[in-house]
Amino acid sequence: MDFALNEQQEMMQSLARDFLSDEYTDKVLKVMVEDEKGHTPELWQKLAAVNLTGLAIPEEYGGVGDFLDLIVVLEEMGRACFISPFFTTVVLGASAIMEAGSGEQKRQYLPAIAEGKSIITLAVTESSGSYAPEAISLKAAQNGSDYILNGAKLFVPDALAADHIICAARTREASDPQKGILLIILDINVPGVHIKPLKTVSGDKQCELTFTDVKVSIDNVLGEADKGWAYIDRIMQKANVARCAESVGLSQQALNMALDYAKERIAFGHPIGAFQSIRHRCADMLIDVDGSRLVTYQAAWLINESLPAEREAAAAKAWVSQASRRVMNSAHQVHGAIGFTEDHILHYYTKKARFNEFSFGDADYHFEKLLTHYK
Amino acid sequence: MDFVFTPEEEAFRQEVASFLDKEVPKIYREKKLTFFDMSSQEDWIQVHRSMAEKLGEKGWISLHWPREYGGQDKSPFHRLILREELTRYHSPGYDSIGAGIVAPALLLKGSDEQKKQHLPGIASGKVIWCETLSEPGHGSDLASIEVFAKEETDCFVVNGQKIWTTNGHFADWNALVTRTDREVDPKYRGLTFFLVDMKTPGITVNPIINMAGHHEFNEVFFDDVHIPKGNIVGGLNRGFYVVMSLLDYERTSDTVYAFADIYLKDLAGYARKNNLLTPVLESRMAQLIADCEVARLLHYYVTWMQSQDKVPNYESAMSKMYSFELNQRVAEFGMELLGQYSQLTEASPLVPMYGRIPSCYYRSFGYSLEQGTSEIDRDVIAQRGLGLPRLR
Repeated sequence: MDFALNEQQEMMQSLARDFLSDEYTDKVLKVMVEDEKGHTPELWQKLAAVNLTGLAIPEEYGGVGDFLDLIVVLEEMGRACFISPFFTTVVLGASAIMEAGSGEQKRQYLPAIAEGKSIITLAVTESSGSYAPEAISLKAAQNGSDYILNGAKLFVPDALAADHIICAARTREASDPQKGILLIILDINVPGVHIKPLKTVSGDKQCELTFTDVKVSIDNVLGEADKGWAYIDRIMQKANVARCAESVGLSQQALNMALDYAKERIAFGHPIGAFQSIRHRCADMLIDVDGSRLVTYQAAWLINESLPAEREAAAAKAWVSQASRRVMNSAHQVHGAIGFTEDHILHYYTKKARFNEFSFGDADYHFEKLLTHYK
Repeated sequence: MDFVFTPEEEAFRQEVASFLDKEVPKIYREKKLTFFDMSSQEDWIQVHRSMAEKLGEKGWISLHWPREYGGQDKSPFHRLILREELTRYHSPGYDSIGAGIVAPALLLKGSDEQKKQHLPGIASGKVIWCETLSEPGHGSDLASIEVFAKEETDCFVVNGQKIWTTNGHFADWNALVTRTDREVDPKYRGLTFFLVDMKTPGITVNPIINMAGHHEFNEVFFDDVHIPKGNIVGGLNRGFYVVMSLLDYERTSDTVYAFADIYLKDLAGYARKNNLLTPVLESRMAQLIADCEVARLLHYYVTWMQSQDKVPNYESAMSKMYSFELNQRVAEFGMELLGQYSQLTEASPLVPMYGRIPSCYYRSFGYSLEQGTSEIDRDVIAQRGLGLPRLR
């Protein structure tokens, strides 16, 4: 057992922390929440310049570090409440290509992501909002050397900023819904793709995508045509644990804000942090934050070692989802009315934490998964 | 980062498991007893002692001690693995106070002579310890200790009453904290830590039965009890510092998460076999499973700190409090699961799970009180972990 970060992880952590405190002030956060794309090419280039866009991409494709390095960086991004297509591209897009792509596809897309030249989104969910295989119904019909896509995708992240979409589509109906699923990558500007941005409370950018007779070459299929679900399953596992890391950062920062406030706010002649009602609440927040981090790191480490992590990832997403909710609620209570205002930064954290909670399956979804390991 | 045990640690786990598979009395395994409810068994003290001696013969109690004191310099994860396996095999035999608290305190603050005198006994499993800290008038507020040790030329003479003394009714030795200076301010600078032979004349032990019907703790009276001066640990009037370092160990001596986990598995097995799991109960169980995972990691973290020679403090309060409160939730879950049947005692016809449901549940009321109350733990976390100001 070893719970310490290694030198490289510590370096990535402080690199990300410094970068975000310089480039991503509260003012920028507020702008990005309102911004339609939640993205500026300038900031993206700066991220690429310090190699953050290449995180967890193998060196041969121009990347740096491993999944654990990415995890510590995402924790920092959570602390900053970072609104950006970073997660979408580096976690979802890059993972999909690494999991399913051929050597040629990896050479085509991964260096471009690492260099900050490409933003790639992943379109899995549809109108049900479910992450289960039966929810994938967008049709992919083969026509010669092309697939013709028809249908709609919902809650597609950062599509307005993206150059490419990786789309999960159904090639055939099968009694096993995991069969007949295809992953295919296409240019965002290909005719027939229509993007409708949704408005979210957290400022995370999500879209509805409709596909009308969209023609994509079979060369763009990622991996084996019928085995898309196996890839999605693994991508979702990583995405979930990565989300947890972000939430750990969100919770840590909310706790830090609550502590600062509890130390300076005076009531009845004392800082409110001296009152046990506040102290004990904060103690529980620390358990939630540290517990979230441990359960996240455990799953991340297993994934990084290519060991089975299904149970641990489910436990992480279920527990962290609930813990971050408790932490946010307590942070608001400690802040009193000031934290209830739109001017204060805290509500951005609360809203982002709730967004994270529901992405890639909420606590209940992962509790179900966890139970299957307890039979 | 690394979340697995070393091959050597895994081999040790195997060795312990196959040993326990042979040695643990059948009835303990059949009833699936846990550390906190096995004292309900009539033969518990006898089994506890004999298992302790067997573990001692194996050298397992002192594995993580330095070689010069009979240990093998193994990582503290060996102690954790031993406790996990004892839990899994429903075995008594680990003296939480002697091996868990007194030994680390002696290693840290004891004189060479004290180490040589007491560590071999603890390592052998033949000398069982108790600790007397709490008094009828003072529980959490240690600094207010009143039991007084009066200095004579060659010894100290102790008079007064202690209470909530776990295992006091059969322990051979006692870690005692008394007042030795009544004038000093702050009061905590007038406390001294003694090692006391329980056979010393003047010590009377009376049982206190807890609300689960178990006899674990006692009240202990000291009537002109003479203690040699050489039995002071950490120096005269410096007992508070010994206690503080000792509490950091006490809070993680027991693998409480493992007790919760094994009981939850026991409940889950019973529920599935008898078709008791409604969707609502199943959802509650899933929550507890995830909580067990976090409790385990919090404890591993503290053990890892110890393995790095870091002294945990608020981290152990976090781990201890979270695990104990989790145990309470698991015990409550057991009651909900069994419904009307939860009301039956072991002596009743039709009783499920040997009457352990109410036994574990009513025992669990102590979990937020013992080894420091949950309130004290949260205060420790707020103060030492978060740097929040104090009212006092």
